[in-house]
Amino acid sequence: MQNINVALIGNPNVGKTSVFNELTGLNQQVGNYPGITVDKKIGFCKLPNNAKANVIDLPGTYSLNASSVDENVVIELLLNKNDKLYPDVAIVVTDVENLKRNLLLFTQIKDLEIPTILVINMIDRMSRKGISLDITFLEEKLKTKIVLVSTRKKIGIENLKKAIVEYKSIPTEPCLNASSIDIEYFEKLKKTFPNQLLYKLWLVITQDVNFSNIERNEVRNSFTKSNNELKRLQQKETIKRYQFINETLKKGLTIDQSKATDLHSKLDKILTHKIFGYLIFFGILFLIFQSIFDWSSVPMDFIDSSFADLSTYAKENLPKGVFTDLISEGIIPGIGGIVIFIPQIAVLFLFVSVLEESGYMSRVVFLMDKIMRKFGLSGKSVVPLISGTACSIPAIMGTRNIENWKERLITILVTPFITCSARLPVYAILIALIIPEKRILGIFSLQGLSLMSLYLLGFFMAIFSAFILNKVLKFKSKSYFVVEMPHYKIPLPKNIGITVIEKTKSFVFGAGKIILALSIILWFLGSHGPGKDFKNAQQIVEKQVYASDIPINPSVIPDRVSEYKLEHSYIGTLGKFVEPVIKPLGYDWKIGVAVISSFAAREVFVGTLATIYSVGSHSDEETTIKHQMKAEVREDGTPTFSFATGASLLIFYAFAMQCISTLAIVRKETSSWKWPIIQLVFMSGLAYISALLTYQFLK
Amino acid sequence: MKTTADLLKIGDVALVTNFDVDKIPFKLLEMGCLPGNEIKVLQIAPFGDPIYFDVNNGSHLAIRKETARDIEVEILTTKVD
Repeated sequence: MQNINVALIGNPNVGKTSVFNELTGLNQQVGNYPGITVDKKIGFCKLPNNAKANVIDLPGTYSLNASSVDENVVIELLLNKNDKLYPDVAIVVTDVENLKRNLLLFTQIKDLEIPTILVINMIDRMSRKGISLDITFLEEKLKTKIVLVSTRKKIGIENLKKAIVEYKSIPTEPCLNASSIDIEYFEKLKKTFPNQLLYKLWLVITQDVNFSNIERNEVRNSFTKSNNELKRLQQKETIKRYQFINETLKKGLTIDQSKATDLHSKLDKILTHKIFGYLIFFGILFLIFQSIFDWSSVPMDFIDSSFADLSTYAKENLPKGVFTDLISEGIIPGIGGIVIFIPQIAVLFLFVSVLEESGYMSRVVFLMDKIMRKFGLSGKSVVPLISGTACSIPAIMGTRNIENWKERLITILVTPFITCSARLPVYAILIALIIPEKRILGIFSLQGLSLMSLYLLGFFMAIFSAFILNKVLKFKSKSYFVVEMPHYKIPLPKNIGITVIEKTKSFVFGAGKIILALSIILWFLGSHGPGKDFKNAQQIVEKQVYASDIPINPSVIPDRVSEYKLEHSYIGTLGKFVEPVIKPLGYDWKIGVAVISSFAAREVFVGTLATIYSVGSHSDEETTIKHQMKAEVREDGTPTFSFATGASLLIFYAFAMQCISTLAIVRKETSSWKWPIIQLVFMSGLAYISALLTYQFLK
Repeated sequence: MKTTADLLKIGDVALVTNFDVDKIPFKLLEMGCLPGNEIKVLQIAPFGDPIYFDVNNGSHLAIRKETARDIEVEILTTKVD
């Protein structure tokens, strides 16, 4: 028997993803739709009677009038019968407290004549809110099968599975006749395309979406109406749908106000209060950062030392040779440089998804909009700016719900200033090197405060650049801003867990590939070299040692040879080449190599230094990256990572645009090379100048 | 009493009477803000903007003052302090 294709559709905030998680468990795959960066989530589900289903979780949408790429995905799938994921049955998920609004989308899906199951979710709230439903009446009026579900209390999932198996018995007729909004026009349409669904044709005419199997030019050319007329018709259509829904629910849904508790508005009063609202918000931010600075350090130290141990173990226990060197000096430190992120990224994603799932994030948007607008941003920019502390890439994709193009563009351009988790290992290691491990007033760790001020620096630079951009950019666009204020919910641990795992996984594997590849390349470039100097390192060093007047312990010779080799390897040659440019910033050629290689991704910095230093040291005893960096000295014997150099590096990494993936996503989201190039030039220039000033001032 | 939605106070309930489709985001219509439906002001953000409405009994959303200015309403009940 063939798998049943099931499409999950629904408004945002109705618990659609919870239903998806309940149906599929961890049996899901996240991919991408070709050409666009919209998550494509497909899961697999076992049904009664040995039937099986492929469940696709479509992006949340308020209607089939698409206004973003995420929403286009929904329409494109539903209109393309040839798509191999074209649903046999659609499930429209609704929230019992928001049924009225959620049904708008339902009536549209019904008009496409796909068998549709109506899931009414969150029924555990019905008694608390005094809601009762007349299911028989609703099923008859809406011409559908209704399943009552509570993902929180695990009610109704088995019924839903049964309904999916029996999908062929669900009526496919529409529940209202939308063509009556302009009878003449639709009659003509019908005559010209007798084999097509009227509503489908209507969507082809009104939506700016790629259609594959209907020739849209043909449809459009013969049925031109001005955009204005179309808009009026769409308004008429929406009014008609709401009339039908309001009428249906008047009989089908009753609310006994006396039984309804109103926790919602009480919480709103506190959380959007002009004083408490901000206090709570900043308190939460403080909690997030505290957990990144302090609580993640234990697992991170553990990971760091474990990888150092592993590297030593590999060196001692594998047969000596090039391959072992590659593993112990290239691959293991490289992987360690990625794995060390996991605790911090996971904690960040955890907080962001809890804030979003609970409904609190919308209150922050509401609270901050007026303030953010002064800087050319929107209240909705707060969410990307917070999630940018994990990674700019999902943050920039998250700007899609900002309606105003100027506000959205500014948000995209300044988000990379926010300290993302890729900067963290760089910051962490440099701070550990140059800031003493002291506490102020016995509680605040000096290192923690330094890290916090770097976060603040990034944040202020983002706001400041936004302010400038707002003055410079001359766009005229309407200030649209609509934000849904969903009901407060206690987040479901399962949903949070899956989100955190998925996001961390995709981040680690995405970044991991680059880091791993680069560390292998670096290892190769560091252990091979052009010319005679590299080849004859042993003799040259020995000659130097014996020629000098000062007696030297012969046991240091192997270390000297390794260092000499590194200096004359390909990477050393490259580093020496750029040294004049970076010297005024206080960097030597080794740091230069790390800075260059981290143009692909910042986090490569630490891994690169780890690779360079372990290639450069002869000793079998592997130590942690931190120890190696501390031990590095300049020619005059002073430590390489002095306070001035460390501070200059910190400033450089705070401002520099060093992430190919972010540039790629900016190019995709703005559909032009202009903005990522401006971003790259501006940020890197700023980084160079600030680092230069920092070093020259402090040295 | 006829007025526009930006002038309502917290607790006011009003009937949407008319607006210009070209000035209002379509999403607002889809969320139920249509002529003939009721809106109620739940909260107003600090500094007086944006405004948080209950639309058509159950749809909770916030819009900016300048958008609310384009929505013509008729006040049904107003909260007496």
